[in-house]
Amino acid sequence: MKILTEQIDVPGIETIDVFCKHGGYQAVEKAIKKMTPDEVTEEVKKSGLRGRGGAGFPVGMKWSFLAKPEGIPRYLVCNADESEPGTFKDHYLMWKSPHTLIEGMIVSSFALGANTSYIYVRGELMYVIHILEKAIQEAYDKGYLGKNILGSGYDLDLYVQPGGGAYICGEETALLESLEGKRGNPRIKPPFPAVKGVWQCPTVVNNVESIAATSWIINHGGDAYAAIGVGRSTGTKLISASGHIRKPGVYEIPLGITVEDFIYSDEWCGGIREGHKLKAVVAGGSSVPILSAEMILNTVDGEKRLMTYESLSDGGFATGTMLGSGGFIVMDETTCIVHNTLTFARFYHHESCGQCSPCREGTGWMDKVIYRIEHGKGRKEDIDLLVDVAKKIEGNTICPLGDAAAWPVAAAIRHFRDEFEWHIEHPELAIQPGAVYMRPGASWAQ
Amino acid sequence: METKNTIVFPAETLDLVQKIMKRYPEGKHKSAILPILHLAQAEWKWCSPEVMDYVASLLSIAPVEVYEVASFYTMFHLEPVGEHVIEYCRTGPCCLMGGVEVYDHLKKRLGIQTGETTSDGKFTIKEVECLAACGWGPVFQIREKFYMQLTAEKVDQIIDELSK
Amino acid sequence: MKVTIDNITLEVEQGTTIMQAARQIGPEIAPPAMCYYEPLKASGGKCRGCLVKVTAGSEKDPRPMPKLVPACLTQVQDGMIVENTINEEVLETRRGIVEFLLLNHPLDCPVCDQAGECHLQDFSFEHGVSNTRTAEERNTFEPTDLGPNIQLHMNRCILCYRCVYTADQITDGRVHGVMNRGDHAEISTYIDKAIDNDFSGNMIDVCPVGALTDKTYRFKSRVWFSKPVEAHCSCEKCSGQVTLWYKGDEVIRVTGRKNEWGEVKEFICNTCRFDRKKTAEWTIEGPTQISRHSVISANKYGANLIQPAFPISQAARDYKLINDDRDRSFLKDQIKLEAKK
Ligand SMILES: Cc1cc2nc3c(=O)[nH]c(=O)nc-3n(C[C@H](O)[C@H](O)[C@H](O)COP(=O)(O)O)c2cc1C
Ligand code: SF4
Ligand code: SF4
Ligand code: FES
Ligand code: FES
Repeated sequence: MKILTEQIDVPGIETIDVFCKHGGYQAVEKAIKKMTPDEVTEEVKKSGLRGRGGAGFPVGMKWSFLAKPEGIPRYLVCNADESEPGTFKDHYLMWKSPHTLIEGMIVSSFALGANTSYIYVRGELMYVIHILEKAIQEAYDKGYLGKNILGSGYDLDLYVQPGGGAYICGEETALLESLEGKRGNPRIKPPFPAVKGVWQCPTVVNNVESIAATSWIINHGGDAYAAIGVGRSTGTKLISASGHIRKPGVYEIPLGITVEDFIYSDEWCGGIREGHKLKAVVAGGSSVPILSAEMILNTVDGEKRLMTYESLSDGGFATGTMLGSGGFIVMDETTCIVHNTLTFARFYHHESCGQCSPCREGTGWMDKVIYRIEHGKGRKEDIDLLVDVAKKIEGNTICPLGDAAAWPVAAAIRHFRDEFEWHIEHPELAIQPGAVYMRPGASWAQ
Repeated sequence: METKNTIVFPAETLDLVQKIMKRYPEGKHKSAILPILHLAQAEWKWCSPEVMDYVASLLSIAPVEVYEVASFYTMFHLEPVGEHVIEYCRTGPCCLMGGVEVYDHLKKRLGIQTGETTSDGKFTIKEVECLAACGWGPVFQIREKFYMQLTAEKVDQIIDELSK
Repeated sequence: MKVTIDNITLEVEQGTTIMQAARQIGPEIAPPAMCYYEPLKASGGKCRGCLVKVTAGSEKDPRPMPKLVPACLTQVQDGMIVENTINEEVLETRRGIVEFLLLNHPLDCPVCDQAGECHLQDFSFEHGVSNTRTAEERNTFEPTDLGPNIQLHMNRCILCYRCVYTADQITDGRVHGVMNRGDHAEISTYIDKAIDNDFSGNMIDVCPVGALTDKTYRFKSRVWFSKPVEAHCSCEKCSGQVTLWYKGDEVIRVTGRKNEWGEVKEFICNTCRFDRKKTAEWTIEGPTQISRHSVISANKYGANLIQPAFPISQAARDYKLINDDRDRSFLKDQIKLEAKK
């Protein structure tokens, strides 16, 4: 079942003519000509669509929180800052099929009563920005954007805003600050963007994939969308699969397939690369806890883990993880968990905005300590120190980047403490290039 | 070294700047700072204080506001760079795909370390974080172009091509 | 509306923050504020030193809040119950914050102009633990001049943003700001620009640490040697209400008057601060009331009751283990002295 990527490989799908030939912009016609904004919102609510940017907050509900004071403009801002390590789905979708996002933007803006909307794309993807801008021009030319769209009286202007290279601008309030032309320092909440967003006006921020899914929901109805998936994990999800698998890439899966299927089936990842075994998976982008092979495939109750919000987080952080942004990073037995954790810790150190002290100082501290451990200079007390620093950051910061920095470190130690200990106890071995600790008896050890 | 008065966008870029400033509500044109900084960097390769002062004057804001913004975002070069800036991704997934070895090869091939520029001023290497292309790693970016699924041989080819 | 903080209940007006309510009770209950500064709009929320536990959100919704909340920004709800000094989680977190703030902070209290009136010194003295766990090198910056009258020791800065808000809100043009990001963020003018503005000197008063200091005062004296006196003049630029700091008969420094939370009551102009250092230029009102537990108050009117060694020994006691390889010999005597007592 594919919703967003059904036609992604059709030649010329990036042009509006081909896109329309394959059913494109029908949702715009339907929503604007036959529905009221509230009806559109209602369909999205019914669909059970949850935010695909990471937090999984129901999209329809977020829309219904939007304040609508008289005489004050409202904005929809699409979050295409995609910078979470392991995640590249939005990049793929916008690059291959820009009109899928633009159509969703029009439908969603209509539902929210926004007359100006922005797509905030990370600056590194400048070539994608050019693709989007070209596609937007086509949509203007066809009358899907601009004044009096399809003779309905509804006006919408759509612009692409480039970022400048900062992961933190994916956090929605930092994104709004950045859109205002400032440093990407997250705002202190409340007030929430739904009340005071960009330029202090009510604003909805949604991920690319969330917005793109709304056109299908309008075309086929919220119920049809809700029929896909399991429980509160409805619809399909783009998963960015990377690491030691046969076929890395972006896959659209119906939520609810098993993790095992996803990794091993030829339809998706195609299994671990030749001659190697699965060791660990980071299932939802670098921020979510890493799990060992056993834990990712099965829950503690021995049930097969599913690709859903609920099943992946089954067991809490003790044995579970999160679906997050769908950045599925697979590691085989050649992977040194300490090294991988170091690259993540370095990432958060590099990307902290530096506003609040626990994150500014704590991310740097964790990075430096793990760097020492990785380079054979670890001290016995460092492991507990890392756990404690992570704990002191978590929950005490302005924005969730603090948590996102703490979790991967805490989880790597929780599930792979022996590797950290080995690095500290055997520095001479650990610093050898390619050295990896093999846990005795583990399924990935020879 | 350019002097102050040579720092002016060509007419067509100035038109574009005017258009960009109209994307935002009345009085909110400060929002144009990132798009304009990108244009400025494309024009002058790096954001020197003079370039940033010029951007500030276009937006009628204090220069310090531009310095603050430009130094926050990693894409803006605040030091002179070579003709081709190679920005390679150093984050986990790219490392899993053999990034470390490929980037080591790149550095050896050019004879410089990260952050340095070759003596002929052709290449600068910079380290960046995840470029949202993890499944196609290892990855680097030169200006707007992505080079993906890199190997040592591919790196050699690219460098040969750009050295011509 | 009613709010209970550390088992003390009081009536406050709607819109009052937990910090303001706690300050009404008194300094024993008020959470430490390293970034919040009441006279400056938008300040607060950054240092996280004031995090408190809300065990009941309000009368209507008595559920506890899941995370600790910043007292400086969280508004009181009717029936809210807050725990500050009586909550172990709060105190433990605060120890963590002290540790974070000291992580890249140099151990130069003995040579810092702010020693004795430094909020970080107070904060770590009250809430820190005496040993440290870091083995990492500190980030370092060179001291720089921000114009003729102000010196910046970026090493000591805790990025509270107060000076940035001051420049934005009090002066007529900000030329310094926060550059870079993360733990490399720094206060700077980026290119050497002088901060030259009638009210820029107030940045010195708002800085909680010794990052921004008065160049016309530097090294003239340690604060506990000097005696503050309230004075005023008729100034065309500001209220002219200041504190004069005397060493003997000499005015060695002029600052704004501060309330018991260390916040200036009225911002003063640079002429008053930097150029009016003769007693004849002022009308003296009388000695300054100091209610903080600072070294100044302990010392003040009993003429050197307190030995100047006190802050140094405090530094020795609190900071001795933080440093790994730096020369600490200058602290040795103090440590011994301390041990004897
Ligand atoms: C540090 C941080 C980085 C984030 N990065 C992104 C991102 O790159 N893309 C994204 O869509 N959401 C990102 N988010 C989540 C957004 O804050 C926000 O929840 C999301 O854009 C809402 O859209 P959704 O409800 O459609 O998911 C990030 C959050 C945090 C805390
Ligand atoms: S948690 Fe980190 S990224 Fe978020 S506001 Fe604080 S310092 Fe900035
Ligand atoms: S220099 Fe002082 S006032 Fe300014 S941010 Fe640093 S600590 Fe705060
Ligand atoms: S990790 Fe290199 S592109 Fe994401
Ligand atoms: S005083 Fe509240 S966070 Fe700094």
